[in-house]
Amino acid sequence: MKQEQILKVEQLVKSYDKNKPVLKDISFCLKKGEVVVIVGPSGCGKSTFLRCINMLEPIDSGTIYFKDQVIRREEKNVHEIRQKIGMVFQSYDLFPHKNIIGNILLAPLKVQKRTKKEVEFEAEVLLDRVGLLDKKEAYPRQLSGGQKQRVAIVRSLMMHPEILLLDEITAALDPEMVREVLQVVLELAKEGNTMVIVTHEMEFAKAVADRVLFMDEGVIVEESTPQEFFHSPKTERAKQFLNTFHYEAI
Amino acid sequence: MDFEFIQSYIPLYVEAAKMTMKISLFGIALATLIGLLCSLIKTLKIPILKSIVIIYIELSRNTPLLIQLFFLYFGLPKIGIVLSSESCAIIGLAFQGGSYMAEAFRTGIDNVAPIQSESGLSLGFTKKQVFLHIVLPQAIATSIPVFCANIIFLIKETSVFSAVALADLMFVAKDLIGIYYKTDEALFMLVIAYLIILLPISLICTWIERRVRYAGFGNTSPVSGN
Amino acid sequence: MQDSGIQVLFQGTNFLRLLEGLLVSLRISIIAMGLSVVLGIPFGVIMTSKNMIIRFISRIYLETVRIMPQLVLLFLVYFGAAKHVGVNFSGGMAAVIVFTFWGTAEMGDLVRSALISIPVHQYESGFALGMTKIQVHWYLIIPQTVRRLLPSLMNLLTRMIKTTSLVVLIGVVEVVKVGKQIIDASRYTTPTAALWVYGAIFLMYFAICYPFSMASALLEKKLKD
Repeated sequence: MKQEQILKVEQLVKSYDKNKPVLKDISFCLKKGEVVVIVGPSGCGKSTFLRCINMLEPIDSGTIYFKDQVIRREEKNVHEIRQKIGMVFQSYDLFPHKNIIGNILLAPLKVQKRTKKEVEFEAEVLLDRVGLLDKKEAYPRQLSGGQKQRVAIVRSLMMHPEILLLDEITAALDPEMVREVLQVVLELAKEGNTMVIVTHEMEFAKAVADRVLFMDEGVIVEESTPQEFFHSPKTERAKQFLNTFHYEAI
Repeated sequence: MDFEFIQSYIPLYVEAAKMTMKISLFGIALATLIGLLCSLIKTLKIPILKSIVIIYIELSRNTPLLIQLFFLYFGLPKIGIVLSSESCAIIGLAFQGGSYMAEAFRTGIDNVAPIQSESGLSLGFTKKQVFLHIVLPQAIATSIPVFCANIIFLIKETSVFSAVALADLMFVAKDLIGIYYKTDEALFMLVIAYLIILLPISLICTWIERRVRYAGFGNTSPVSGN
Repeated sequence: MQDSGIQVLFQGTNFLRLLEGLLVSLRISIIAMGLSVVLGIPFGVIMTSKNMIIRFISRIYLETVRIMPQLVLLFLVYFGAAKHVGVNFSGGMAAVIVFTFWGTAEMGDLVRSALISIPVHQYESGFALGMTKIQVHWYLIIPQTVRRLLPSLMNLLTRMIKTTSLVVLIGVVEVVKVGKQIIDASRYTTPTAALWVYGAIFLMYFAICYPFSMASALLEKKLKD
């Protein structure tokens, strides 16, 4: 089956400190409907990579294409591209001065200028799906971490993004809340949403991914199907990384 | 204490209190305007203007209002700029207060976590929209306590304006002490007058501060269960 | 070339006299600041007390000092106390009393907020390591409190120095008073003297306060990192 390519990254180099690049020559392709999971040790550049795709970080060199169109942070229309690339962050980034429905409606109303009636209906459907319709009028502070992240996902979905970037969205959560959030993501994947996910939850990665990228020290070390990667990793570094998740009785 | 004396001089204090209030009102309004402008210039990093703002803030914060006032009232006329004591007082208060207000707003803006702007951007807001809909409302809420404290601070600062012959509360009290030696009565009324002005404002500020800090974002109480 | 009048600052001993005047106000602020620190530390510790009555009383003290303009407090002590206590305070003495009274309250509040900002687990992990109460305070709490306190302490000092300028209004012969004398003396020789003298005093205050403000800002930044 030939799928439409939606995102392409060519030779991306990014450094915060001139002599120490965080991303060294990353090339990457994403097809419509594909779910790619990026794993790797802390500080390997996974999150920076996502931030670069969403043009939140300036890049040193390389090109990013969104549907054959070169996208750049400096362009005037970056906010239009960003509407099509949704992102959810690790920290709870809901707007504290707005209640839940206010958080969800702000961008559709102000950015897309849609009518309130239409978006409110859609918001309620989505909130209901993630089981939070009764929290509609609550404020972010009254929600648990897991609930906040589910709202953040809904807030992104309201913009009908063509790609969804999820940056370690469960890393700051208490363990018992991880599941409720990942369940939502699994459902989104099933529905055919295109996603790039950075996560430390290996079981989840195995379940959700069409393709796994293993990053280390700013390069993509390994790229394979989840079966291949988790059962027979090709590189020594990937083996070592996967081993850190196993505990053996001594 | 001579209560008859106090009674007969109440109208004088009322007039003086009006003057204190009037100067405070205009001075603080102007200071707020200057503060907003300066914090905006600093946030947007407008070249040249930004340097001017920085110099202004440092000069204003690191010198006493009294000296600024003497310079305006006694110094400037020597180069042909003659100001009435009232305009001197208002300009002085605005000059001193502007920097305090600027810092208050600036801290408010700085305290909005970068992730807030980033999530706004990733939802497709323009930078201007992010500032308007996401950063500004939060910044205003967080700077309100300092803003309120500044208001009280600036009203208190007006007490020095008697030094440039402004007929405010201090001025009247000093007069009564100097002319009639009615020290107790004059000081008593002075304290009462300032309490009448400042206490309500201070209480309102505390109330606003509480609301902003705990309730503004829906944290008054857990959602009431019906 | 037209005579600007700036030379009035350097005629005779004028500049030296201004500096001497400045020293008078500086001495008042330093004495008051020193006393405020000494008295404010115990006051701050007292304010963290769990006893409601103690907390209420210290709160009243703090709010009273905060709500009254310092000039009013100066008048109260200078004119009021002189009449009732029968002691005739010099202006300088009255100023030291008032600024210490005010500074102690402010210092106490700074100490209090620094103390309560230290997370409980700092105490707990100290005790868990087997330290005694004194050791916990000496090695963990006091160093952290001091670090948090320093920037606001610097700020209080600049406020103190700036506020001391008020003492001229209760008759202390300090820099502004000296300035006035110079202006009066050169009324005919240098009509523009007021501009230069007050300008000079303005810059003198700036020269003293600015370094402290800078230090405070730097320390604050260091604390954040």
